[in-house]
Amino acid sequence: MIEGILIGLETAFSLKNLMMVMIGCFAGTIIGMLPGLGPMTAIALMIPITYGFEPSTGLILMAGVYYGAVFGGSTSSILINAPGIPGTVATSFDGYPMAQQGKAGKALAIAAYSSFAGGTIAAIFLLIAAPSLSKVSLAFRSPDYFGLMILGLTAVSAFSAKGHFLKAMMMVVLGLMLASVGQDTLSDIPRFTFQNMNLSDGISFVLVVMATFAMSEALTIIFKANDPTRVAKQISLSQLGSIKLDKNETKKMVTTIPRSSVLGFIIGVLPGAGSTIASFLAYGMERNFVNDEEKQKFGKGSVNGLAAPETANNAACSGSFVPLLTLGIPGSGTTAVMLGALLGFGIQPGPRLYQTNPEIFWSVIMSMYIGMVILLILNLPLIPYIARVLATPRSFLIPLILFFSVTGIYLMSFNNFDIYMMIGIAVVATVLRLYDFPMPPLILAFVLGGLMEENLRRSLLISDGSWSFLWDRPLTIVIMLTIFFIVGWQIYKSFFKKN
Amino acid sequence: MLNKFKKLISLVFATVLLTSVSNTSFAADKLHFVIGGGAGGGWDGTARGTGEALTKAGFLNSASFENMSGGGGGKALSYMINTKPSDTILVQSTPLVLRSITRHSGYVDKKNAAKVTSYKDVVPIAGVIGDYGAIVAAKNSPYNSWKDVVAAYKANPKSVKMAGGSVRGSMDHLIGALAFKEAGANPNDVVYIPYDAGGKALAGLLSGETQILSTGLGEVMGARDQVKILGITAPKRVADAPDVPTLKEQGTNAIFVNWRGFFGPPGMSDGDRKKIAKMLGDVQKTPEWEAVRKRNAWVNIYNPDKKFVKFLEKQTVEMTGLLKNLGVIK
Repeated sequence: MIEGILIGLETAFSLKNLMMVMIGCFAGTIIGMLPGLGPMTAIALMIPITYGFEPSTGLILMAGVYYGAVFGGSTSSILINAPGIPGTVATSFDGYPMAQQGKAGKALAIAAYSSFAGGTIAAIFLLIAAPSLSKVSLAFRSPDYFGLMILGLTAVSAFSAKGHFLKAMMMVVLGLMLASVGQDTLSDIPRFTFQNMNLSDGISFVLVVMATFAMSEALTIIFKANDPTRVAKQISLSQLGSIKLDKNETKKMVTTIPRSSVLGFIIGVLPGAGSTIASFLAYGMERNFVNDEEKQKFGKGSVNGLAAPETANNAACSGSFVPLLTLGIPGSGTTAVMLGALLGFGIQPGPRLYQTNPEIFWSVIMSMYIGMVILLILNLPLIPYIARVLATPRSFLIPLILFFSVTGIYLMSFNNFDIYMMIGIAVVATVLRLYDFPMPPLILAFVLGGLMEENLRRSLLISDGSWSFLWDRPLTIVIMLTIFFIVGWQIYKSFFKKN
Repeated sequence: MLNKFKKLISLVFATVLLTSVSNTSFAADKLHFVIGGGAGGGWDGTARGTGEALTKAGFLNSASFENMSGGGGGKALSYMINTKPSDTILVQSTPLVLRSITRHSGYVDKKNAAKVTSYKDVVPIAGVIGDYGAIVAAKNSPYNSWKDVVAAYKANPKSVKMAGGSVRGSMDHLIGALAFKEAGANPNDVVYIPYDAGGKALAGLLSGETQILSTGLGEVMGARDQVKILGITAPKRVADAPDVPTLKEQGTNAIFVNWRGFFGPPGMSDGDRKKIAKMLGDVQKTPEWEAVRKRNAWVNIYNPDKKFVKFLEKQTVEMTGLLKNLGVIK
């Protein structure tokens, strides 16, 4: 292994590869910041460029774009509540409220440190345990994914505080309904498509996120234009605050980061999950770990609530290289594009990749460390400048957000219908927001609910309609018991408090 | 006077242009590719790769691309049919045939039949590349050949669960069903387990929740070390994977090509059609095409003009029978 590391270091530290890491990280950060544009599109467009490079150089560049985008995606989540990529939606849950409290600099710094730590810790796991971890990625079957999605849904309780329980639940139902639009994967029957072919592929996740977050946020601000506190708020926002963390905040991050890295990495290793699921799960789990006082802050600018998903999505991003490199299984659209590129270079992924192309395996892992350091160096000093976005007068900022939302969604599908649908959803979401309906439960239910249904029905199909899959395998039992414990504990506590 | 002069000049110009057009062998100056899906997908790669090879090899002066996703490619199809754009071709693949079948069998109610378009509404130019179907088992599976699968299936149809990367009635499902049907088993008893992507179906197979996977050969090339490819739906073994047996050599005459090809708008002239078809064939002999092909691990299956139409007709008949058999259509 030492030998491998040395080979990797040698390859990764060549001038050309160092430049590729830098270019990749920089391009990725920018792409990640722009709402709508994700790493998948960027990497797909890069394949023709990388052709003619050495395989390791090409892969290093693509990997740089990938984790750079996950790193940069948090910026727009925090500053304007417009998640740059799906994996950073959960970041906005606490990052945006924090920025609204005049702590934008701090929020961006927490996100940068968490991303760095998550990515680096996960790269260490990748280094020491990638081959054995390939077993983990195959250990999960449909019933276990079903359990994981339910576990993720328990995070909804984070938004149901202070009498909003019913509203949060209503948003969950709305999210589940939106998730069921489109051709049903298991029986090819169109559902809620109203015989409109634009709906037959379902509603895209990015579209829902952009409509309910970015667009409706901008519209809500317009509606609240006469708010007397607005001017005062504007002034406080332009002073973005210190980016230095105090002792208390550092302490919180030190406890959050290790557990979120492990969780994020494991979820990233699973081909059926990915960084979005990882960030949601980490957010929900973190809320179960913290004390009651911190729990109240979730959704209102909690340090733990921001650090957890930011750590997890970067860890998951590194984790997704395990099935890609050791098994040749792409877990996401992004890794599928990368797999195509690998095959194009004539490289056969698999357990033998160690022996056949050691320089590729090790140099990619080594370039991850370099990339993480570069991203941190790149991002930290820029925070004060980036955060100045908030100081932009609202009369400029709002049209810009609307502009980027519309062009972003159009660039994804090149379909005008998506623009109309996004505006429609955004208008409904704005009305709901004005009546204090929370949006995060809708997003959670939309992502997790769709996957939950699919995996449940697939489990039933495999077990010939019997529910025994719920207790047939130890892994499923463990996940199910965890769910019962968490839900039971919440119920018990709420009764206990009332008495 | 001046007007007449102008007319004369333009007439001369038009004649010169026309003769110059008919004199050059590949006159297509520019070609616009319409893609029914988003960036990064299979159609997108085919169109952009082909366009790149055509321009680099000097067959075209410029190629432009337009993504038009929606309705599984239906939006791009109706664009071609309704606006009949000039110098424009559409990239399509096997799902177009499936779409034609479901439309003509009354699967879609009358009101929407017009929205579901078929390959007969556009002009088939040529099929350029293709992928064969593959039946795959995990490395540690008890099945070592396609015959083992058929034997186990005939003993107990429920014991063989077949994974695929798309919905029921999709290509992945049909590849497996065709193989079982040709092996003399009732394809309707196959328990098909759909996943929402090829990679996830592969993970399902390797996790042991399904016994076999029905997919495209290209989809499993990345995981060749983890799986046994029990058979492919090719007429003979392919050069890229010479050790992979065909189903045919194992006594199951299941031939299936997931083709990708190009179509013109309705009313495209025979001259234009033949010219583009020839260009698409000639480019495959150039190193520029070979570079693109290798990068994407494509299999050249050039199938122009009438041959292409015949092929589409044959595939339609085959798939109609299969879809009826499976109860997807009546």
